[in-house]
Amino acid sequence: MEYLLQFFSDNLLMIYVLVLAIFLGYELISNVPTVLHTPLMSGANAISGVVIIGAILLIRQAEAGDYLALSLGTLGIILGTINVVGGHAVTDRMLEMFKRKKGN
Amino acid sequence: MIHQLVELGYLIAVILFIIGLKQLSSPRTARKGNLLAATGMGIAILVTLILPLESGANNYLLIALGIAIGSVIGWIAARKVKMTAMPQMVSIFNGLGGACAVAISLVELVGYQATFESGGAVFAGVHLTALMAMFVGGVAFTGSMLAYGKLEGLIDDRKVRIPQPTVVNLVLLLSILAGIGYKLAMPAEPLTWVIAIMVVSLIYGITFVIPIGGADMPVVISLLNAFTGVAAALAGLVYDNHVMLVGGILVGSSGTILTVLMCEAMNRSLLNVIIGGFGSTGKAAAQSGDQVAKEITLMDAAILLSYSNSVIIVPGYGMAVAQAQKVCHELEMLLEDKGVSVRYAIHPVAGRMPGHMNVLLAEADVSYDKLLDLDDANKALADADVVIIVGANDVVNPSAKTDPGSPIYGMPILDVLQAKHTIVLKRSMSPGYAGIQNPLFFHEKNRMLFGDAKDSLSKLVSEIKTLG
Repeated sequence: MEYLLQFFSDNLLMIYVLVLAIFLGYELISNVPTVLHTPLMSGANAISGVVIIGAILLIRQAEAGDYLALSLGTLGIILGTINVVGGHAVTDRMLEMFKRKKGN
Repeated sequence: MIHQLVELGYLIAVILFIIGLKQLSSPRTARKGNLLAATGMGIAILVTLILPLESGANNYLLIALGIAIGSVIGWIAARKVKMTAMPQMVSIFNGLGGACAVAISLVELVGYQATFESGGAVFAGVHLTALMAMFVGGVAFTGSMLAYGKLEGLIDDRKVRIPQPTVVNLVLLLSILAGIGYKLAMPAEPLTWVIAIMVVSLIYGITFVIPIGGADMPVVISLLNAFTGVAAALAGLVYDNHVMLVGGILVGSSGTILTVLMCEAMNRSLLNVIIGGFGSTGKAAAQSGDQVAKEITLMDAAILLSYSNSVIIVPGYGMAVAQAQKVCHELEMLLEDKGVSVRYAIHPVAGRMPGHMNVLLAEADVSYDKLLDLDDANKALADADVVIIVGANDVVNPSAKTDPGSPIYGMPILDVLQAKHTIVLKRSMSPGYAGIQNPLFFHEKNRMLFGDAKDSLSKLVSEIKTLG
Protein backbone atom coordinates (compact mmCIF):
# COMPACT_ATOMS: atom_id res chain seq x y z
CA MET A 1 0.00 0.00 0.00
CA GLU A 2 2.79 2.38 0.97
CA TYR A 3 4.55 1.53 -2.27
CA LEU A 4 1.43 2.28 -4.26
CA LEU A 5 0.97 5.64 -2.55
CA GLN A 6 4.62 6.40 -3.25
CA PHE A 7 4.08 5.46 -6.91
CA PHE A 8 1.03 7.71 -6.98
CA SER A 9 2.84 10.78 -5.64
CA ASP A 10 5.92 10.14 -7.79
CA ASN A 11 3.80 10.00 -10.92
CA LEU A 12 1.22 12.61 -10.04
CA LEU A 13 1.73 14.58 -13.25
CA MET A 14 1.56 11.41 -15.32
CA ILE A 15 -1.72 10.49 -13.63
CA TYR A 16 -3.17 13.95 -14.33
CA VAL A 17 -2.19 13.52 -17.97
CA LEU A 18 -3.84 10.11 -17.95
CA VAL A 19 -7.12 11.41 -16.55
CA LEU A 20 -7.24 14.33 -18.99
CA ALA A 21 -6.40 12.04 -21.92
CA ILE A 22 -9.34 9.78 -21.00
CA PHE A 23 -11.74 12.71 -21.21
CA LEU A 24 -10.10 13.99 -24.38
CA GLY A 25 -10.48 10.63 -26.12
CA TYR A 26 -14.12 10.58 -25.10
CA GLU A 27 -14.78 14.10 -26.39
CA LEU A 28 -12.96 13.52 -29.67
CA ILE A 29 -15.11 10.55 -30.58
CA SER A 30 -18.54 11.24 -29.17
CA ASN A 31 -19.77 13.08 -32.29
CA VAL A 32 -18.80 10.77 -35.12
CA PRO A 33 -21.15 9.95 -38.02
CA THR A 34 -21.78 6.23 -38.53
CA VAL A 35 -20.08 6.45 -41.93
CA LEU A 36 -16.76 6.94 -40.23
CA HIS A 37 -17.01 4.33 -37.49
CA THR A 38 -14.96 1.74 -39.35
CA PRO A 39 -12.16 4.03 -40.55
CA LEU A 40 -12.05 5.64 -37.13
CA MET A 41 -11.73 2.29 -35.38
CA SER A 42 -9.03 1.33 -37.83
CA GLY A 43 -7.17 4.62 -37.38
CA ALA A 44 -7.37 4.36 -33.59
CA ASN A 45 -6.10 0.80 -33.88
CA ALA A 46 -3.07 2.06 -35.80
CA ILE A 47 -2.40 4.60 -33.05
CA SER A 48 -2.52 1.84 -30.42
CA GLY A 49 0.53 0.48 -32.24
CA VAL A 50 2.39 3.17 -30.28
CA VAL A 51 3.33 0.24 -28.04
CA ILE A 52 6.14 -0.27 -30.56
CA ILE A 53 7.97 2.59 -28.81
CA GLY A 54 8.23 0.27 -25.80
CA ALA A 55 9.71 -2.47 -27.95
CA ILE A 56 12.30 -0.07 -29.36
CA LEU A 57 13.24 1.14 -25.89
CA LEU A 58 13.45 -2.44 -24.67
CA ILE A 59 15.78 -3.57 -27.41
CA ARG A 60 17.95 -0.47 -27.19
CA GLN A 61 18.41 -1.05 -23.47
CA ALA A 62 19.27 -4.71 -23.96
CA GLU A 63 22.88 -5.87 -23.67
CA ALA A 64 24.38 -7.78 -26.60
CA GLY A 65 24.12 -11.18 -24.88
CA ASP A 66 20.57 -10.82 -23.56
CA TYR A 67 18.94 -13.17 -26.02
CA LEU A 68 15.50 -13.13 -24.41
CA ALA A 69 15.23 -9.35 -24.67
CA LEU A 70 16.76 -9.32 -28.15
CA SER A 71 14.47 -11.98 -29.58
CA LEU A 72 11.24 -10.86 -27.92
CA GLY A 73 12.17 -7.22 -28.58
CA THR A 74 12.66 -7.89 -32.30
CA LEU A 75 9.43 -9.85 -32.39
CA GLY A 76 7.71 -6.95 -30.61
CA ILE A 77 9.05 -4.47 -33.16
CA ILE A 78 7.88 -6.63 -36.07
CA LEU A 79 4.39 -7.05 -34.56
CA GLY A 80 4.14 -3.38 -33.58
CA THR A 81 5.26 -2.22 -37.03
CA ILE A 82 2.68 -4.45 -38.72
CA ASN A 83 0.05 -2.86 -36.49
CA VAL A 84 1.21 0.70 -37.22
CA VAL A 85 2.00 0.45 -40.95
CA GLY A 86 -0.83 -1.95 -41.79
CA GLY A 87 -3.30 -0.03 -39.65
CA HIS A 88 -2.62 3.36 -41.23
CA ALA A 89 -2.44 1.87 -44.74
CA VAL A 90 -5.77 0.05 -44.37
CA THR A 91 -7.39 3.20 -42.96
CA ASP A 92 -6.07 5.21 -45.88
CA ARG A 93 -7.46 2.67 -48.31
CA MET A 94 -10.91 2.94 -46.74
CA LEU A 95 -10.82 6.73 -46.81
CA GLU A 96 -9.38 6.92 -50.32
CA MET A 97 -12.69 5.66 -51.62
CA PHE A 98 -14.67 8.29 -49.78
CA LYS A 99 -12.38 10.90 -51.27
CA ARG A 100 -12.74 9.69 -54.86
CA LYS A 101 -16.49 9.72 -54.37
CA LYS A 102 -16.54 13.27 -53.09
CA GLY A 103 -14.55 14.52 -56.06
CA ASN A 104 -17.38 13.70 -58.43
CA MET B 1 19.84 18.77 -25.24
CA ILE B 2 18.95 15.64 -27.22
CA HIS B 3 16.72 14.60 -24.37
CA GLN B 4 14.67 17.80 -24.65
CA LEU B 5 14.50 17.34 -28.40
CA VAL B 6 13.07 13.87 -27.90
CA GLU B 7 10.47 15.16 -25.44
CA LEU B 8 9.54 17.90 -27.92
CA GLY B 9 9.19 15.25 -30.63
CA TYR B 10 6.88 13.25 -28.36
CA LEU B 11 4.80 16.34 -27.65
CA ILE B 12 4.41 17.00 -31.39
CA ALA B 13 3.50 13.33 -31.93
CA VAL B 14 0.79 13.49 -29.25
CA ILE B 15 -0.63 16.70 -30.75
CA LEU B 16 -0.71 15.04 -34.17
CA PHE B 17 -2.51 12.00 -32.67
CA ILE B 18 -5.15 14.28 -31.15
CA ILE B 19 -5.68 16.38 -34.28
CA GLY B 20 -5.60 13.18 -36.36
CA LEU B 21 -8.34 11.54 -34.29
CA LYS B 22 -10.38 14.75 -34.40
CA GLN B 23 -10.09 14.93 -38.19
CA LEU B 24 -10.87 11.24 -38.54
CA SER B 25 -14.31 12.01 -37.17
CA SER B 26 -15.34 14.22 -40.09
CA PRO B 27 -15.71 12.90 -43.67
CA ARG B 28 -14.03 15.92 -45.24
CA THR B 29 -10.83 15.73 -43.21
CA ALA B 30 -10.66 12.03 -42.33
CA ARG B 31 -7.96 11.06 -44.79
CA LYS B 32 -5.71 13.93 -43.75
CA GLY B 33 -6.34 12.97 -40.13
CA ASN B 34 -5.06 9.47 -40.71
CA LEU B 35 -1.95 10.81 -42.42
CA LEU B 36 -1.36 13.25 -39.55
CA ALA B 37 -1.61 10.45 -37.01
CA ALA B 38 0.78 8.36 -39.10
CA THR B 39 3.22 11.29 -39.24
CA GLY B 40 2.98 11.59 -35.47
CA MET B 41 3.81 7.91 -35.14
CA GLY B 42 6.79 8.32 -37.49
CA ILE B 43 8.13 11.23 -35.42
CA ALA B 44 7.64 9.27 -32.18
CA ILE B 45 9.55 6.29 -33.56
CA LEU B 46 12.38 8.44 -34.95
CA VAL B 47 13.00 10.37 -31.74
CA THR B 48 12.87 7.15 -29.74
CA LEU B 49 15.83 5.96 -31.79
CA ILE B 50 17.95 8.92 -30.67
CA LEU B 51 16.75 9.09 -27.05
CA PRO B 52 19.90 8.94 -24.89
CA LEU B 53 19.93 5.84 -22.67
CA GLU B 54 22.02 5.08 -19.60
CA SER B 55 22.90 1.58 -20.71
CA GLY B 56 22.35 -0.92 -23.47
CA ALA B 57 23.89 -1.90 -26.77
CA ASN B 58 21.29 0.00 -28.89
CA ASN B 59 21.05 -2.94 -31.35
CA TYR B 60 20.06 -0.64 -34.21
CA LEU B 61 20.54 -3.42 -36.71
CA LEU B 62 17.83 -5.55 -35.09
CA ILE B 63 15.53 -2.53 -34.85
CA ALA B 64 16.00 -1.76 -38.55
CA LEU B 65 15.42 -5.40 -39.39
CA GLY B 66 12.25 -5.59 -37.28
CA ILE B 67 10.83 -2.37 -38.73
CA ALA B 68 11.66 -3.47 -42.28
CA ILE B 69 10.00 -6.88 -41.90
CA GLY B 70 6.99 -5.42 -40.11
CA SER B 71 6.53 -2.64 -42.68
CA VAL B 72 6.63 -5.01 -45.63
CA ILE B 73 4.16 -7.46 -44.05
CA GLY B 74 1.85 -4.69 -42.83
CA TRP B 75 1.90 -2.80 -46.13
CA ILE B 76 1.29 -5.85 -48.31
CA ALA B 77 -1.47 -7.15 -46.04
CA ALA B 78 -3.19 -3.75 -46.04
CA ARG B 79 -2.94 -3.39 -49.84
CA LYS B 80 -4.00 -6.92 -50.71
CA VAL B 81 -6.95 -7.34 -48.35
CA LYS B 82 -10.39 -7.29 -49.95
CA MET B 83 -12.86 -4.65 -48.84
CA THR B 84 -15.10 -7.35 -47.40
CA ALA B 85 -12.28 -8.65 -45.23
CA MET B 86 -11.36 -5.26 -43.73
CA PRO B 87 -12.86 -5.98 -40.30
CA GLN B 88 -10.84 -9.18 -40.00
CA MET B 89 -7.71 -7.30 -41.02
CA VAL B 90 -8.26 -4.63 -38.38
CA SER B 91 -8.77 -7.42 -35.86
CA ILE B 92 -5.46 -9.09 -36.76
CA PHE B 93 -3.53 -5.81 -36.67
CA ASN B 94 -5.03 -5.10 -33.28
CA GLY B 95 -4.12 -8.55 -31.97
CA LEU B 96 -0.50 -8.06 -33.04
CA GLY B 97 -0.35 -4.78 -31.11
CA GLY B 98 -1.55 -6.70 -28.05
CA ALA B 99 1.07 -9.39 -28.65
CA CYS B 100 3.73 -6.68 -28.81
CA ALA B 101 2.62 -5.46 -25.37
CA VAL B 102 2.84 -9.04 -24.01
CA ALA B 103 6.35 -9.51 -25.44
CA ILE B 104 7.79 -6.35 -23.93
CA SER B 105 6.13 -6.69 -20.55
CA LEU B 106 7.33 -10.30 -20.32
CA VAL B 107 10.93 -9.19 -20.87
CA GLU B 108 10.53 -6.43 -18.26
CA LEU B 109 9.06 -8.90 -15.77
CA VAL B 110 11.92 -11.34 -16.34
CA GLY B 111 14.26 -8.41 -15.64
CA TYR B 112 12.42 -7.56 -12.40
CA GLN B 113 12.63 -11.21 -11.40
CA ALA B 114 16.43 -11.09 -11.60
CA THR B 115 16.35 -7.99 -9.39
CA PHE B 116 14.07 -9.68 -6.84
CA GLU B 117 16.17 -12.83 -6.74
CA SER B 118 19.33 -10.87 -6.07
CA GLY B 119 17.56 -9.23 -3.11
CA GLY B 120 16.72 -5.95 -4.84
CA ALA B 121 13.35 -4.24 -5.12
CA VAL B 122 11.18 -2.82 -7.87
CA PHE B 123 8.42 -0.33 -7.14
CA ALA B 124 5.21 -2.28 -6.61
CA GLY B 125 3.47 0.28 -8.84
CA VAL B 126 5.80 -0.45 -11.75
CA HIS B 127 5.56 -4.19 -11.11
CA LEU B 128 1.78 -3.99 -11.06
CA THR B 129 1.69 -1.94 -14.25
CA ALA B 130 3.90 -4.42 -16.12
CA LEU B 131 1.75 -7.36 -14.97
CA MET B 132 -1.42 -5.53 -15.99
CA ALA B 133 0.06 -4.63 -19.40
CA MET B 134 0.84 -8.32 -19.95
CA PHE B 135 -2.68 -9.31 -18.89
CA VAL B 136 -4.57 -6.71 -20.96
CA GLY B 137 -2.29 -7.14 -23.97
CA GLY B 138 -2.68 -10.91 -23.79
CA VAL B 139 -6.47 -10.72 -23.77
CA ALA B 140 -6.37 -8.29 -26.73
CA PHE B 141 -4.05 -10.66 -28.60
CA THR B 142 -5.89 -13.98 -28.37
CA GLY B 143 -9.31 -12.30 -28.32
CA SER B 144 -8.59 -10.48 -31.58
CA MET B 145 -7.26 -13.62 -33.20
CA LEU B 146 -10.42 -15.51 -32.26
CA ALA B 147 -12.58 -12.60 -33.52
CA TYR B 148 -10.65 -12.87 -36.78
CA GLY B 149 -11.34 -16.61 -36.93
CA LYS B 150 -15.04 -16.07 -36.33
CA LEU B 151 -15.39 -13.33 -38.95
CA GLU B 152 -13.36 -15.27 -41.49
CA GLY B 153 -15.63 -18.26 -40.90
CA LEU B 154 -12.76 -20.44 -39.70
CA ILE B 155 -14.51 -20.96 -36.39
CA ASP B 156 -18.16 -21.91 -36.21
CA ASP B 157 -20.01 -20.21 -33.34
CA ARG B 158 -22.40 -23.05 -33.02
CA LYS B 159 -19.74 -25.73 -32.67
CA VAL B 160 -16.93 -24.10 -30.74
CA ARG B 161 -18.38 -23.40 -27.32
CA ILE B 162 -17.59 -23.75 -23.67
CA PRO B 163 -20.02 -24.82 -20.97
CA GLN B 164 -21.04 -22.12 -18.49
CA PRO B 165 -18.98 -19.37 -20.16
CA THR B 166 -19.91 -16.73 -17.61
CA VAL B 167 -18.69 -18.90 -14.73
CA VAL B 168 -15.53 -19.95 -16.56
CA ASN B 169 -14.73 -16.34 -17.43
CA LEU B 170 -15.36 -15.10 -13.94
CA VAL B 171 -13.13 -17.81 -12.47
CA LEU B 172 -10.34 -17.08 -14.96
CA LEU B 173 -10.56 -13.33 -14.43
CA LEU B 174 -10.48 -13.67 -10.66
CA SER B 175 -7.56 -16.11 -10.76
CA ILE B 176 -5.58 -13.73 -12.98
CA LEU B 177 -6.24 -10.85 -10.58
CA ALA B 178 -5.46 -13.06 -7.59
CA GLY B 179 -2.25 -14.23 -9.28
CA ILE B 180 -1.19 -10.63 -9.94
CA GLY B 181 -2.00 -9.72 -6.33
CA TYR B 182 -0.01 -12.67 -4.98
CA LYS B 183 3.03 -11.95 -7.15
CA LEU B 184 2.97 -8.32 -6.02
CA ALA B 185 2.82 -9.35 -2.36
CA MET B 186 5.49 -12.05 -2.78
CA PRO B 187 7.81 -10.68 -5.48
CA ALA B 188 10.46 -13.32 -4.73
CA GLU B 189 8.17 -16.16 -5.86
CA PRO B 190 9.59 -17.89 -8.96
CA LEU B 191 9.07 -16.75 -12.53
CA THR B 192 6.58 -19.59 -13.01
CA TRP B 193 3.98 -17.27 -11.53
CA VAL B 194 4.55 -14.68 -14.23
CA ILE B 195 4.35 -17.33 -16.95
CA ALA B 196 1.19 -18.75 -15.39
CA ILE B 197 -0.44 -15.31 -15.30
CA MET B 198 0.49 -14.82 -18.95
CA VAL B 199 -0.87 -18.19 -20.04
CA VAL B 200 -4.14 -17.75 -18.16
CA SER B 201 -4.50 -14.24 -19.65
CA LEU B 202 -4.07 -15.67 -23.13
CA ILE B 203 -6.67 -18.35 -22.38
CA TYR B 204 -9.00 -15.72 -20.94
CA GLY B 205 -8.83 -13.77 -24.21
CA ILE B 206 -10.23 -16.84 -25.96
CA THR B 207 -12.91 -17.72 -23.43
CA PHE B 208 -13.90 -14.03 -23.33
CA VAL B 209 -14.71 -14.00 -27.04
CA ILE B 210 -16.01 -17.59 -27.49
CA PRO B 211 -19.51 -17.03 -26.09
CA ILE B 212 -20.01 -13.83 -28.09
CA GLY B 213 -21.90 -14.43 -31.32
CA GLY B 214 -20.46 -13.61 -34.71
CA ALA B 215 -22.94 -10.78 -35.23
CA ASP B 216 -21.43 -8.96 -32.27
CA MET B 217 -17.83 -9.23 -33.46
CA PRO B 218 -17.62 -5.53 -34.50
CA VAL B 219 -18.37 -4.55 -30.92
CA VAL B 220 -15.77 -7.02 -29.67
CA ILE B 221 -13.08 -5.78 -32.06
CA SER B 222 -13.75 -2.22 -30.99
CA LEU B 223 -13.51 -3.25 -27.34
CA LEU B 224 -10.31 -5.25 -27.87
CA ASN B 225 -8.91 -2.24 -29.73
CA ALA B 226 -9.50 -0.22 -26.58
CA PHE B 227 -7.74 -3.00 -24.61
CA THR B 228 -4.65 -2.72 -26.81
CA GLY B 229 -4.69 1.01 -26.20
CA VAL B 230 -4.82 0.44 -22.45
CA ALA B 231 -1.99 -2.12 -22.68
CA ALA B 232 0.11 0.44 -24.59
CA ALA B 233 -0.65 3.07 -21.97
CA LEU B 234 0.30 0.70 -19.12
CA ALA B 235 3.56 -0.12 -20.91
CA GLY B 236 4.03 3.65 -21.22
CA LEU B 237 3.82 3.91 -17.43
CA VAL B 238 6.45 1.16 -17.11
CA TYR B 239 8.84 3.05 -19.40
CA ASP B 240 7.78 6.46 -18.09
CA ASN B 241 7.09 7.34 -21.72
CA HIS B 242 4.55 10.08 -22.39
CA VAL B 243 3.77 9.35 -26.01
CA MET B 244 2.89 5.73 -25.19
CA LEU B 245 0.80 6.79 -22.21
CA VAL B 246 -1.21 9.48 -23.97
CA GLY B 247 -1.49 7.66 -27.31
CA GLY B 248 -2.60 4.47 -25.57
CA ILE B 249 -5.12 6.21 -23.35
CA LEU B 250 -6.58 8.14 -26.29
CA VAL B 251 -7.21 4.84 -28.04
CA GLY B 252 -8.43 3.24 -24.81
CA SER B 253 -11.03 5.92 -24.14
CA SER B 254 -12.07 6.60 -27.74
CA GLY B 255 -12.26 2.84 -28.39
CA THR B 256 -14.45 2.40 -25.34
CA ILE B 257 -16.85 5.16 -26.33
CA LEU B 258 -16.99 3.83 -29.89
CA THR B 259 -17.88 0.42 -28.45
CA VAL B 260 -20.65 1.97 -26.39
CA LEU B 261 -21.96 3.86 -29.45
CA MET B 262 -22.11 0.56 -31.35
CA CYS B 263 -23.98 -1.12 -28.52
CA GLU B 264 -26.40 1.81 -28.38
CA ALA B 265 -27.07 1.36 -32.08
CA MET B 266 -28.26 -2.15 -31.22
CA ASN B 267 -30.16 -0.98 -28.15
CA ARG B 268 -28.16 -3.25 -25.87
CA SER B 269 -25.74 -2.72 -23.04
CA LEU B 270 -22.10 -3.68 -23.34
CA LEU B 271 -22.57 -6.16 -20.50
CA ASN B 272 -25.40 -7.80 -22.39
CA VAL B 273 -23.18 -8.20 -25.45
CA ILE B 274 -20.33 -9.68 -23.44
CA ILE B 275 -22.36 -12.08 -21.33
CA GLY B 276 -24.78 -13.64 -23.76
CA GLY B 277 -24.32 -13.16 -27.43
CA PHE B 278 -26.66 -13.41 -30.33
CA GLY B 279 -26.09 -16.44 -32.41
CA SER B 280 -24.82 -18.40 -29.48
CA THR B 281 -28.18 -18.60 -27.71
CA GLY B 282 -30.56 -19.23 -30.58
CA LYS B 283 -33.35 -20.33 -28.26
CA ALA B 284 -36.09 -18.27 -29.88
CA ALA B 285 -35.25 -19.63 -33.30
CA ALA B 286 -37.71 -20.82 -35.90
CA GLN B 287 -41.28 -21.51 -35.06
CA SER B 288 -42.15 -21.13 -38.68
CA GLY B 289 -41.93 -24.64 -39.96
CA ASP B 290 -45.31 -24.61 -41.66
CA GLN B 291 -44.93 -21.17 -43.19
CA VAL B 292 -43.97 -20.82 -46.81
CA ALA B 293 -42.06 -17.90 -48.27
CA LYS B 294 -43.28 -16.83 -51.70
CA GLU B 295 -40.89 -16.42 -54.58
CA ILE B 296 -40.97 -13.73 -57.24
CA THR B 297 -39.85 -14.17 -60.84
CA LEU B 298 -37.26 -11.85 -62.35
CA MET B 299 -39.78 -10.43 -64.77
CA ASP B 300 -42.32 -9.65 -62.06
CA ALA B 301 -39.61 -8.01 -60.02
CA ALA B 302 -38.43 -5.97 -63.02
CA ILE B 303 -41.94 -4.75 -63.75
CA LEU B 304 -42.65 -3.96 -60.12
CA LEU B 305 -39.47 -1.88 -59.91
CA SER B 306 -39.87 -0.10 -63.26
CA TYR B 307 -43.31 1.20 -62.38
CA SER B 308 -42.54 2.37 -58.89
CA ASN B 309 -42.07 5.95 -57.77
CA SER B 310 -39.74 5.24 -54.93
CA VAL B 311 -37.39 2.31 -54.35
CA ILE B 312 -35.20 1.81 -51.31
CA ILE B 313 -32.31 -0.62 -51.26
CA VAL B 314 -31.29 -2.12 -47.92
CA PRO B 315 -27.76 -3.53 -48.19
CA GLY B 316 -26.31 -6.02 -45.71
CA TYR B 317 -23.38 -8.35 -45.32
CA GLY B 318 -24.66 -10.48 -48.20
CA MET B 319 -24.01 -7.57 -50.55
CA ALA B 320 -20.43 -7.40 -49.31
CA VAL B 321 -19.90 -11.13 -49.73
CA ALA B 322 -21.37 -11.16 -53.23
CA GLN B 323 -19.45 -7.97 -54.16
CA ALA B 324 -22.80 -6.69 -55.42
CA GLN B 325 -22.29 -2.97 -54.68
CA LYS B 326 -21.40 -2.02 -58.27
CA VAL B 327 -24.41 -3.77 -59.77
CA CYS B 328 -26.55 -2.13 -57.07
CA HIS B 329 -25.33 1.19 -58.37
CA GLU B 330 -26.06 0.07 -61.92
CA LEU B 331 -29.63 -0.85 -60.98
CA GLU B 332 -29.97 2.47 -59.20
CA MET B 333 -28.89 4.46 -62.30
CA LEU B 334 -31.10 2.43 -64.59
CA LEU B 335 -34.15 3.04 -62.42
CA GLU B 336 -33.29 6.73 -61.98
CA ASP B 337 -33.27 7.05 -65.77
CA LYS B 338 -36.81 5.76 -65.73
CA GLY B 339 -37.72 8.43 -63.19
CA VAL B 340 -37.78 6.14 -60.18
CA SER B 341 -36.29 7.63 -57.03
CA VAL B 342 -33.74 5.19 -55.60
CA ARG B 343 -32.15 5.53 -52.19
CA TYR B 344 -30.22 3.32 -49.81
CA ALA B 345 -31.20 2.65 -46.21
CA ILE B 346 -28.14 2.04 -44.09
CA HIS B 347 -28.64 0.40 -40.72
CA PRO B 348 -25.90 1.38 -38.26
CA VAL B 349 -24.82 -2.23 -37.77
CA ALA B 350 -25.46 -3.57 -41.26
CA GLY B 351 -22.52 -5.66 -42.41
CA ARG B 352 -19.82 -6.72 -40.02
CA MET B 353 -18.85 -3.25 -38.88
CA PRO B 354 -20.57 0.10 -38.57
CA GLY B 355 -19.99 2.06 -41.75
CA HIS B 356 -19.18 -1.13 -43.65
CA MET B 357 -21.97 -0.52 -46.18
CA ASN B 358 -21.04 3.13 -46.63
CA VAL B 359 -17.49 2.14 -47.52
CA LEU B 360 -18.64 -0.43 -50.05
CA LEU B 361 -21.22 1.84 -51.67
CA ALA B 362 -18.74 4.70 -51.83
CA GLU B 363 -16.42 2.28 -53.63
CA ALA B 364 -19.15 1.72 -56.22
CA ASP B 365 -19.53 5.51 -56.71
CA VAL B 366 -22.92 5.72 -55.03
CA SER B 367 -23.60 9.35 -54.16
CA TYR B 368 -23.56 10.31 -50.48
CA ASP B 369 -26.94 12.02 -50.53
CA LYS B 370 -28.59 8.75 -51.54
CA LEU B 371 -27.59 7.11 -48.27
CA LEU B 372 -30.21 7.38 -45.54
CA ASP B 373 -29.42 6.70 -41.90
CA LEU B 374 -31.76 4.72 -39.66
CA ASP B 375 -34.13 7.56 -38.70
CA ASP B 376 -34.39 9.10 -42.16
CA ALA B 377 -34.75 5.67 -43.71
CA ASN B 378 -37.63 4.73 -41.46
CA LYS B 379 -39.40 7.97 -42.45
CA ALA B 380 -38.73 7.36 -46.14
CA LEU B 381 -39.80 3.70 -45.98
CA ALA B 382 -43.41 4.71 -45.35
CA ASP B 383 -43.59 6.27 -48.83
CA ALA B 384 -41.57 3.61 -50.61
CA ASP B 385 -43.19 1.39 -53.19
CA VAL B 386 -40.56 -1.33 -53.20
CA VAL B 387 -37.79 -2.18 -50.78
CA ILE B 388 -35.02 -4.42 -52.08
CA ILE B 389 -33.16 -6.17 -49.31
CA VAL B 390 -29.75 -7.19 -50.57
CA GLY B 391 -28.21 -9.69 -48.19
CA ALA B 392 -29.44 -8.00 -45.02
CA ASN B 393 -31.37 -10.02 -42.49
CA ASP B 394 -31.24 -9.24 -38.78
CA VAL B 395 -31.44 -5.46 -39.32
CA VAL B 396 -34.82 -5.84 -41.03
CA ASN B 397 -36.17 -8.56 -38.73
CA PRO B 398 -39.59 -7.41 -37.47
CA SER B 399 -39.40 -9.70 -34.44
CA ALA B 400 -37.08 -7.08 -32.91
CA LYS B 401 -40.26 -5.01 -32.56
CA THR B 402 -42.93 -7.61 -32.07
CA ASP B 403 -41.50 -10.66 -30.31
CA PRO B 404 -40.28 -10.08 -26.73
CA GLY B 405 -38.84 -13.60 -26.74
CA SER B 406 -36.49 -12.82 -29.61
CA PRO B 407 -32.82 -12.36 -28.72
CA ILE B 408 -32.79 -9.14 -30.74
CA TYR B 409 -35.96 -7.75 -29.17
CA GLY B 410 -35.59 -4.00 -28.72
CA MET B 411 -32.92 -3.53 -31.37
CA PRO B 412 -33.86 -0.64 -33.68
CA ILE B 413 -34.56 -2.03 -37.13
CA LEU B 414 -35.33 -0.75 -40.58
CA ASP B 415 -39.10 -1.12 -40.60
CA VAL B 416 -39.34 -2.28 -44.21
CA LEU B 417 -42.91 -3.53 -43.83
CA GLN B 418 -44.08 0.09 -43.95
CA ALA B 419 -43.40 -0.03 -47.67
CA LYS B 420 -45.88 -1.47 -50.15
CA HIS B 421 -43.68 -4.36 -51.26
CA THR B 422 -40.46 -5.92 -50.15
CA ILE B 423 -38.14 -8.17 -52.12
CA VAL B 424 -35.51 -10.14 -50.26
CA LEU B 425 -32.45 -11.23 -52.24
CA LYS B 426 -31.01 -14.23 -50.50
CA ARG B 427 -29.13 -17.38 -51.32
CA SER B 428 -31.30 -19.69 -49.24
CA MET B 429 -33.81 -19.69 -46.42
CA SER B 430 -31.13 -20.10 -43.74
CA PRO B 431 -31.36 -17.65 -40.85
CA GLY B 432 -28.99 -14.67 -40.73
CA TYR B 433 -25.70 -14.31 -38.96
CA ALA B 434 -27.36 -13.97 -35.59
CA GLY B 435 -29.00 -17.34 -36.13
CA ILE B 436 -32.51 -15.97 -35.73
CA GLN B 437 -35.44 -16.80 -37.97
CA ASN B 438 -36.89 -13.81 -39.81
CA PRO B 439 -40.72 -13.57 -40.03
CA LEU B 440 -40.32 -10.93 -42.74
CA PHE B 441 -39.62 -13.68 -45.26
CA PHE B 442 -43.07 -15.15 -44.65
CA HIS B 443 -44.95 -11.85 -44.61
CA GLU B 444 -47.60 -11.38 -47.27
CA LYS B 445 -45.94 -8.18 -48.55
CA ASN B 446 -42.68 -9.98 -49.12
CA ARG B 447 -41.33 -11.98 -52.05
CA MET B 448 -38.07 -13.89 -52.17
CA LEU B 449 -35.59 -13.73 -55.04
CA PHE B 450 -33.23 -16.63 -54.39
CA GLY B 451 -29.66 -16.70 -55.65
CA ASP B 452 -26.35 -14.93 -55.31
CA ALA B 453 -27.04 -11.22 -54.81
CA LYS B 454 -24.72 -10.05 -57.56
CA ASP B 455 -26.06 -12.59 -59.99
CA SER B 456 -29.71 -11.81 -59.20
CA LEU B 457 -29.16 -8.08 -59.49
CA SER B 458 -27.37 -8.37 -62.85
CA LYS B 459 -30.22 -10.50 -64.18
CA LEU B 460 -32.68 -7.97 -62.80
CA VAL B 461 -30.80 -5.15 -64.56
CA SER B 462 -30.92 -6.93 -67.93
CA GLU B 463 -34.56 -7.83 -67.38
CA ILE B 464 -35.43 -4.18 -66.76
CA LYS B 465 -33.46 -3.20 -69.89
CA THR B 466 -35.49 -5.60 -72.00
CA LEU B 467 -38.68 -3.94 -70.73
CA GLY B 468 -37.45 -0.85 -72.60
